Amino acid sequence: MKQLKDKQTGVRRLPGDGRWAAMFLAVALVMFAVFTLYPLFYAVKTSFLAYKPFGSDFVGFKNYTDTLKSALFWKSVRNTLVYTAAVVPLTLLLSFLVAVMIQPFTRKIQAGLKAMFYLPLLASGVALSVVWQWIYDSSPSGLLNIVFDFLGLPQQNWLNSSKTAMLSLIIMALLSGLGQNIIIYSAALMGIDNSYYEAAEIDGARFPAKIRFIVLPAVKPTTLFLTVTGVINSFQVFMNAYMLTGGGPDNNTNMVGLLIFNNAFKYNEFGLACAQAVILTIIIGGISILQFRMTGADVEY
Amino acid sequence: MSKISLYSNRDNNRAKLAARNAFLMLVLLFMAAVSLFPLVYMLLNSFGPNVQRAGNVRSVFPSVWTLDSYRAFLGFSQYSLRWLLNSLIVAGSVTVGNVVFASAGGYAFSKLRFRGKNVLFYLILVGMMIPYQVTQVPLYILIVRSFKLSNTYAALILPGLVSSYNIFLTKQFFQQIPNEVLESARIDGCSQLGIFLRIVVPLSKTVLAVVAVTSFLGNWNTFFWPFLITSEESMYTIQVGLKQFRYANTTLFGPMMAGAAISTIPMFILFFSLQKYFLEGVTVGAVKG
Repeated sequence: MKQLKDKQTGVRRLPGDGRWAAMFLAVALVMFAVFTLYPLFYAVKTSFLAYKPFGSDFVGFKNYTDTLKSALFWKSVRNTLVYTAAVVPLTLLLSFLVAVMIQPFTRKIQAGLKAMFYLPLLASGVALSVVWQWIYDSSPSGLLNIVFDFLGLPQQNWLNSSKTAMLSLIIMALLSGLGQNIIIYSAALMGIDNSYYEAAEIDGARFPAKIRFIVLPAVKPTTLFLTVTGVINSFQVFMNAYMLTGGGPDNNTNMVGLLIFNNAFKYNEFGLACAQAVILTIIIGGISILQFRMTGADVEY
Repeated sequence: MSKISLYSNRDNNRAKLAARNAFLMLVLLFMAAVSLFPLVYMLLNSFGPNVQRAGNVRSVFPSVWTLDSYRAFLGFSQYSLRWLLNSLIVAGSVTVGNVVFASAGGYAFSKLRFRGKNVLFYLILVGMMIPYQVTQVPLYILIVRSFKLSNTYAALILPGLVSSYNIFLTKQFFQQIPNEVLESARIDGCSQLGIFLRIVVPLSKTVLAVVAVTSFLGNWNTFFWPFLITSEESMYTIQVGLKQFRYANTTLFGPMMAGAAISTIPMFILFFSLQKYFLEGVTVGAVKG
């Protein structure tokens, strides 16, 4: 993000630029102020209140201390971390593998394959979650149990057992979330100049060496980008948990995002929900900065 | 493809190459089939009979092929079609809003000089990174409690009308346009609006198409916000409508799949006619160099 900091346009400034800028930006800035900035301040303000529709009480840091003392909150944080630690790296690995595997084929075939991986993203998540419910059905007629039966493996109580519920959500995320990453990775692969491979070939490098010394360094900025955005998204995700498990069993799939949603819209604890949302923002911000620090020293954006 | 690339094609004989490619294709098709399965299953079963099944006994292929489920979807509520129309209105407006206003904003940030630009742009960047739970709760309070706007198109459309991400995306893209091109137009007496419309926009069809396509797709499939702010059936979007087919312990499976299939058709049409922008478009802003 360095580039953004002191980017000069290089265009000479003419009188009237300011007025034009105001015109071009007017709608965008008003919308931003009303629907992002103001809610942000409102959220911070509400996090210090015991929210009531008429006349909320100021309670100081109570919502924060309540949150930090709550076992459920920490369980949700832990679940979110487990989910993120599994989904983000595995998604990256699988999409990278697919992007590498489609390379030997013609452009047309590549586009077809990419489309096949992208199509699931076009469908209604609400409807697909019902299909997944059947896939994970705990009875012997659930699809995955049919497959397990066929393979001679024991039946599982997928979504209703605390052993497998989180695993089920992770598998679902892995199987439906590859499309975008595959496309981005394969674009990055396409951007690698062939002369690198030619030089490597002259040095006698084979496929694994090419991956290690050419491809991986070349896609590093892409990997960083996908990791950071993947982690940010994963921390907010709760659609699948909401639809499939409702956070259960025994809160084993409750995520921070779902906890906030439930506190706000199920229990009307808006103050508590806002405090937790602010904490979530701080966690996400902290992790993003850490990721850039650890891996991004040599990555230019 | 060229002779030398990531995969070494030189010393291998043809049979070996063909075997390798066949193996890769097999693995890829298997993975694709697994990830496509829920979607295919949805489409197949939308043609299944409209019976309320006891429990979850289902097969991949419907026992009878019929359009009953489609009829049941349309007859489920007097508003079934209205939900689709609502989604079209909302996703369409958000798309137009983002293409027009986000790109105008992106242009100002990339090519105009004005006071406070860096500060404003930083604010937009910060806005991009804020989790949506943070703004969702206050937005809900404001729109539902303060402005009493629940069940209105305004509430469905306005929060998404200009996304920070799209401002960022278009700015990144416009920045690559050489300044000389714009300078010469200026010398010829073109106003900033003229430059934007006659030079920048025609050069930026890719990024504008990407903004359009992602805005439409995202808003067509969005569930939680419309779910929160609509309580009247006539104002549901299709995603909220589909949720109505699921009760506490039973699901009107066939009609729900039929509704989902109908709602997926516009996406398929969009995808296959603008495939290039879907497949190469998401990389704008993600891959540098």
